[in-house]
Amino acid sequence: MAAQPRSRRETWRILFLVSPSLVWLVVFFLIPLILVFAISFGQRGTYGGVKWVLNLGSYTRFFDPLYLRIFGRTLYIAGATTLICLLTGYPLAYFIATRPPQWRNPLLLLLMIPFWTNFLVRTYAWILILRDQGLINTFWTGSLHAGLQQLSSLVPLPIWEPLLRGTAHPLALFGTDLAIIVGLVYGWLPDMVLPCYAAIERFDFSLVEAAQDLYANRLKSFLRVILPLTMPGIAAGSVLVFIPSLGAYITPDLLGGAKTTMIGNVIYSQFMAARDYPFGSAISFVLMAVMLVGTLIYFRMGTK
Amino acid sequence: MQEGKGQKRRRGRWLNRLLSLHGVLGYVFLYAPIVILVIFSFNASRFASDWRGFTLHWYARLFGNEAIAAALKNSLIAALSSTLISTVFGTMVALAMERYNFWGKLPFDALLYLPIIIPDIAMAVMLLLFFVLTKVGLGLITIIISHVAFNISFVAVVVRARLAYFDITLEEAAQDLYANEWQTFRRVTQPLIMPGILGGALLAFTLSIDDFVITFFTAGPGSTTLPLRIYSMVKLGVTPEINALSSMMLLASMVLVFLSLLLQRGGGGGIEIA
Repeated sequence: MAAQPRSRRETWRILFLVSPSLVWLVVFFLIPLILVFAISFGQRGTYGGVKWVLNLGSYTRFFDPLYLRIFGRTLYIAGATTLICLLTGYPLAYFIATRPPQWRNPLLLLLMIPFWTNFLVRTYAWILILRDQGLINTFWTGSLHAGLQQLSSLVPLPIWEPLLRGTAHPLALFGTDLAIIVGLVYGWLPDMVLPCYAAIERFDFSLVEAAQDLYANRLKSFLRVILPLTMPGIAAGSVLVFIPSLGAYITPDLLGGAKTTMIGNVIYSQFMAARDYPFGSAISFVLMAVMLVGTLIYFRMGTK
Repeated sequence: MQEGKGQKRRRGRWLNRLLSLHGVLGYVFLYAPIVILVIFSFNASRFASDWRGFTLHWYARLFGNEAIAAALKNSLIAALSSTLISTVFGTMVALAMERYNFWGKLPFDALLYLPIIIPDIAMAVMLLLFFVLTKVGLGLITIIISHVAFNISFVAVVVRARLAYFDITLEEAAQDLYANEWQTFRRVTQPLIMPGILGGALLAFTLSIDDFVITFFTAGPGSTTLPLRIYSMVKLGVTPEINALSSMMLLASMVLVFLSLLLQRGGGGGIEIA
């Protein structure tokens, strides 16, 4: 029944089904991609356009200390985000996977609902919490400060002095690396939990009993049995968190300050403010290359 | 030995409690910001983070705000058109990829996955450069073009997942009963993969209406969408109107999520023979 020798009719049918998407993706994805690559070797024109000369200047500019520092910070923030997501997400995944089966799907759904809501809105919510007049600092300089003042008038001790001084001013939360990391962890935590959950849920817990029968203690059976066997989940989750954190734009823009820019903000300013398209393209291209390598590693691990 | 075992069990219970506590805290972390946002949208106070009584004032102001109404209109036009185009194209390409082998299939498959993998900011930059250099004026059209460019891939992935479970003998049975290709598709294939198509469409709609970065780069004057509007409002400073607008968007996202869950549940059933 299945037509092995392809008829002309079938060729036309494939062409009909594929060509709209093919044309769209070639014109509005592949050509722009090649364009970015080509322009990254060009030179900024006097009035912001592109001069088509072969020039590696955009790539050598990476080694400018200013940009090296920003790349370093981006790696640090993305790395810290991934690590925190792993340290909090893995136990959360373990928690969900060890609940009774009828609880697991509702718990997963509960995990996904915030994830499906608008990223901008979710980031904005953290401004309400972290800013100087925000929820944490209102408590810090308000109720906490007043409470300490009362305590100090009741029990005069020297320890109140530094505490009072500390709570007199809002904590510097907003506009720091910490705020960006919190925002990113909030944004991508489910991306860590889901693959870890999938790995832990598949895990055969009788293996732990076997390990314990062989006199392995709890820590040893975790380190030697559970952890290695759920490693694919950890790797997948880490890639899924690290990649978007590396390319973050909204989070550092809204929660970070002037001194906490990341690669995404540099790309933005090269295109929208400095109008240096070649340099902006070069950074984008390097970012894409890093992500592509990360994704390939992820797929390699997945097929193992 | 006995004693050691008892101690071990006690320690195990303690670890379990710690795990449960961590689980609860994890969910608190996920929901607290959202809940706080919604609570503040009903706060009568204009500036401070303290509670000054319940009000619907900010919602009333929101519905009277013409700039937001215009942004909502732009968002809906962009989301509906890009969803329609990408659902049709994505479904077609999914059928081709699942059913046939053809020359160049593998590189095309890679091209189809790339828009999902590539970071938003990179895709935004690519498209902006393309539109600037081809001198296409930025506006709603360029937003729609860009959204279709990433949505085709997402729709194709969802529909292909559905097609992977498709029983091909059903189509053969239809053709044995002298249905032509078009009748086979309309009466057998399409109804069966409909949950996949709808799921893909819903995903495309959500991605399009929520998108900020790519829209930000490809929008022109007068084509401000809702996320762009929120962004510029946030940049000017925190106001209760943003809280109200954000809460409305949260509500809309949740309605979409539950709709898609309902669809998935409904899609579990068998074939409906009309």
